Amino acid sequence: MNAVVRVRGLVRNFTLKGVLNGVDLEIAQGEFVALLGRSGSGKSTLLRAIADLDTEAKGSGEIVAPSKLAVVFQDARLLPWKRVLENVTLGLTGPDVRARGLRALQEVELGTRDRSWPYELSGGEQQRVALARALVREPALLLADEPFGALDALTRLRMHALLKRLSQAHHPAVLLVTHDVDEAIELADRVVVLDDGRISATLDVRLPSAGPEREDAFADLRRQLLGLLGVEAELAGVR
Amino acid sequence: MNAMTSNVLDIAEELPGDAPIGRQAQPSITPPRRRRRLGLGEALAFGPLLGPGILLLYWCVFSYTGWLDPRILPAPWTTVATARDLIADGRLPTNLAVSAVRAAEGLVFGVIAGLAMALISGLSRLGGYMFDSLVQMKRSIPTLALIPLVILWLGIGEPMKVTVISLSVFIPIYLQTHNALRGTEIKYLELAETLNLSRWAFLRDIVLPGALPGFMLGLRFAVMGAWLALVVVEQLNATSGIGYMIDLARTYAQTDVIVVGLVVYALLGLCSDAAVRFAEARLIGWRKTLS
Repeated sequence: MNAVVRVRGLVRNFTLKGVLNGVDLEIAQGEFVALLGRSGSGKSTLLRAIADLDTEAKGSGEIVAPSKLAVVFQDARLLPWKRVLENVTLGLTGPDVRARGLRALQEVELGTRDRSWPYELSGGEQQRVALARALVREPALLLADEPFGALDALTRLRMHALLKRLSQAHHPAVLLVTHDVDEAIELADRVVVLDDGRISATLDVRLPSAGPEREDAFADLRRQLLGLLGVEAELAGVR
Repeated sequence: MNAMTSNVLDIAEELPGDAPIGRQAQPSITPPRRRRRLGLGEALAFGPLLGPGILLLYWCVFSYTGWLDPRILPAPWTTVATARDLIADGRLPTNLAVSAVRAAEGLVFGVIAGLAMALISGLSRLGGYMFDSLVQMKRSIPTLALIPLVILWLGIGEPMKVTVISLSVFIPIYLQTHNALRGTEIKYLELAETLNLSRWAFLRDIVLPGALPGFMLGLRFAVMGAWLALVVVEQLNATSGIGYMIDLARTYAQTDVIVVGLVVYALLGLCSDAAVRFAEARLIGWRKTLS
């Protein structure tokens, strides 16, 4: 496969936080991978290592990742002293910076809010601006660290649809870290489970496009993943 | 209404929120909510004038009733009359101009020095090691204690006076700005790294705007420090300025002139602080705080 991201034997140690114990992972060009795992399994650690943000970590292993990447954090991290459009175009170079920024905002349905201050926006809107900021520079790799974790359930559903649409339009490789099994199945081409510091399972997501077969396949995948995560299907309840 | 005939009418006339006719009306209004508000309440247009206004009122009343001996403190109207005389014969305007220019020069030099040193020490590890301890050392020595040394080095002319004012200005500017620069949040640093920002763009778009509120606070302290230093410096061998005017009045026991001078100092301090706060509101409109 034409891998955009290659991770080999990654080991990361912290005194208190997540431990990685030899992680192997590859992400192909344009592939959407969801990373599932229990709290403290090291999902964020793995993402931050790929994003080259873990300068203080100790460990070993090899990581190959594009330098043209974009990260969406769990908090939107908009600069409060810049208006929405300036946040989107932060660090953007090349021609027509403003026009590209406006177009990105329109894609996330915030085209009219370009002159707003971040504090005037709701949490979901701020996260949409963060998405626009990430995608306006057409990254080869999009890293999303539980981007919808702080949002309410309804907003989260709308964001799923938005992210799906955006990733189909721009085709970056995506690594989505999430604890939400449904989110992972809905959005990803492949779901990997991180357990005990290693990738314990990989599931390809192949869903029929619509209808009862899709629901069945969805439920089946959900059952498998919950099982791999150590959650009994009955405990999860009927959805 | 008759319970039997009203059935159809019940349905027809029952609107959301209305009590259905024919049945006992339910109270549809709950007692008004009483949430404890923790904020500061709305700001009033001339609110900040309340404090000085009350003080002025006390002054008027005590002077008028004679409780306040005019030799201790002249009445407000005497002060106003004296001020008018001083303005008329030009003493107040010239002295005021001299004082204001002195303070302004001290402020400008102090801000430039404080800002430059804060940028060097705040933005680089090495710069910090070089400057920060030195400034902390200087900070523990009151500027007043340094005056004899400054006089020795610079004499008793304008340079000495402006230098002493600059020393009082540069400390708060340095401290607040250095603190604000070093206080840049890691989360924005991470954001900048993932966006591949250049060092210059990082400083210009993240560090400096983020440090601006801290700098403005330092500026308010610096302006206050400038006026205080001015007062002190003008008490020593001044031949011009408000301090000189007050000193002269002390020699001739002209209490009213002294009061005019003090009121001028107070007004200068108040106005300059208001000016800084105004600039702060314009430059930092993006914050949502108690004010």
